[in-house]
Amino acid sequence: MKNYVSDKGYYGEFGGAFIPELLYPPVKELADSYISIIESKEFQTEFKDLLKHYVGRPSPLYHAKRLSEKYKTNIFLKREDLNHTGAHKINNTIGQILLAKKLGKTKVVAETGAGQHGVATATVCALFSIPCIVFMGEKDIERQAPNVARMKLLGAEVRPASSGSKTLKDATNEAIRYWINNPDVYYLIGSVVGPHPYPDLVARLQSIISEEIAAQMHEISGKENPDKVIACVGGGSNAAGAFYKFIDQREVDLIMIEAEGMGVNSGSTAATSQVGSPGVIHGSKTLLMQDGYGQITEPYSISAGLDYPGVGPLLAHLTSTKRAQCLSATDEEALEAVKELCQLEGIIPALESAHALAALKKIQFEPNENVVINLSGRGDKDMTTYINNIAL
Amino acid sequence: MKKQLSIYLSMGYPKLDTALHLVPKLEKEGVDFLELGLPFSDPLADGETIQNTSSIALKNGMNIDLYFEQVRELRKSVKMPFVFMGYYNSVLSYGVERFLNKCRESGINGLIIPDLPIEEFNTTIEPNLNGLKFHFLITPKTEIDRIRYYDKLSNGFIYAISSNATTGESSAIDEGKKAYFQHLQKLNLVNDVCVGFGISSKQDVDDVYQHGFGAIIGSKFLKCLAIGEDEAINFIKEIRA
Repeated sequence: MKNYVSDKGYYGEFGGAFIPELLYPPVKELADSYISIIESKEFQTEFKDLLKHYVGRPSPLYHAKRLSEKYKTNIFLKREDLNHTGAHKINNTIGQILLAKKLGKTKVVAETGAGQHGVATATVCALFSIPCIVFMGEKDIERQAPNVARMKLLGAEVRPASSGSKTLKDATNEAIRYWINNPDVYYLIGSVVGPHPYPDLVARLQSIISEEIAAQMHEISGKENPDKVIACVGGGSNAAGAFYKFIDQREVDLIMIEAEGMGVNSGSTAATSQVGSPGVIHGSKTLLMQDGYGQITEPYSISAGLDYPGVGPLLAHLTSTKRAQCLSATDEEALEAVKELCQLEGIIPALESAHALAALKKIQFEPNENVVINLSGRGDKDMTTYINNIAL
Repeated sequence: MKKQLSIYLSMGYPKLDTALHLVPKLEKEGVDFLELGLPFSDPLADGETIQNTSSIALKNGMNIDLYFEQVRELRKSVKMPFVFMGYYNSVLSYGVERFLNKCRESGINGLIIPDLPIEEFNTTIEPNLNGLKFHFLITPKTEIDRIRYYDKLSNGFIYAISSNATTGESSAIDEGKKAYFQHLQKLNLVNDVCVGFGISSKQDVDDVYQHGFGAIIGSKFLKCLAIGEDEAINFIKEIRA
């Protein structure tokens, strides 16, 4: 597999491992072994087998004809929403649980925002009979009640993160603190964030999305690659996965959509790449939202999965080098996109993925382009938000 | 090594200007040096106590400019060394060179940046250190080769974390910790060693001294300070008795 990261864990100026000495041993253990483990034949056989028979991969690349008609181009939806547990998150948790097993770990800790990663972690921990603790911001526990119940049903312990803004950033702080206090647990991070090697590890595990897109695109259109790939970005795992294979293929436009919340300049936003600046968050140097004194500010988005003040270092690198274009969509635009996809294609998208769909209104397309939108998750978990915000 | 006692203070806690009158008193009570914490919104290596004091200090309006102002003011009357303790993002956001200049100007003597491991220190802080000390942290899980490497690079005391835990979360000193201290003592490091994280009583401090190390108290002192300044001063008197 193509490598994009330096030995020290950098993508250009972003990345690294800014960790307390307490985490040096477990991070080093992982950094020294992850490539050889995940590239081993044994790992790949088990990983691919689970992705096929348990997750239901490959996920379809669906030609959305009515959406295509409306936007006068060829739109394809990469249906990660059809995966077991309802989002792309499970690609990563399957991979990391196999890695944890290989490293002899007997307990898992994770953080979750919208709860999708928490559910995907609880799922694989149930599958492999490994106890797991999931930290979740108090505010997210309230707005994502069904996912909290799912995690509990699957046997995970859900611990509320009550510090700071009580969302994903704080759940991540709490998970890392738990890891510091219990260095023998396996920290199963949910996005392409955190200290090296996590961003690279998660990007590699999620790269199955772009591998499949390339093969499916070829089968459908006879062309090697799509012309555009569009994905929403919070931490950035679904975007990293959907872009990975195409990063070196300059002819493919990579488009990220961040959550603008109430508007980029409203003070209530999660559009990190637009309002952020270089800094260190959760062990990684990347773009992050901070005030003039380097205090990390609280992000806002209607979507709990995009409500993160940083962005993975790979994506920070792709935008800062202009390899990827970064757009943003407001809460309102995302909700409009939810309605549109429901009505035109009969698919209820997750709020996160709806941000990627909202990009359709912001881009000029050529009539015969092949545009792939990564539909990273399904909307079941967001029904309360839809009931409260969409006139039905 | 003299029986060194160091106290960690969150600058701006419990009141914005507490340090200005508290620090001279601490020097009078025989505290040997101070770690002056710059509050950060996301203090990863800290337990609940310092998370709370940091968040109160931030609400009180503490920031890096005010921090340096207070340090400069204190330096006029206080002789003991001051060690900056804060997270790397605060340094990065202020500008590394500007930060280090400001440290020297205002009277900071050393730095502890818990989320800046040596692999990142080499290319960021080290080239501009210019007379400031940098204190590396080691833990019971730090391998001997790495400890020796730190010892070679250090120009000030090495900060030994007593157990694998965030600040204030560790239990009292037990046999396991004593074994760790003995192990450290046998390494005969060139630099002094100060032990922190989970040091909360006179007994703990004496145990640390027995091994020839200095003692650093953070969370426990801040808990006393939450009750009142008298409580905090009495706690120091008790330790120093």
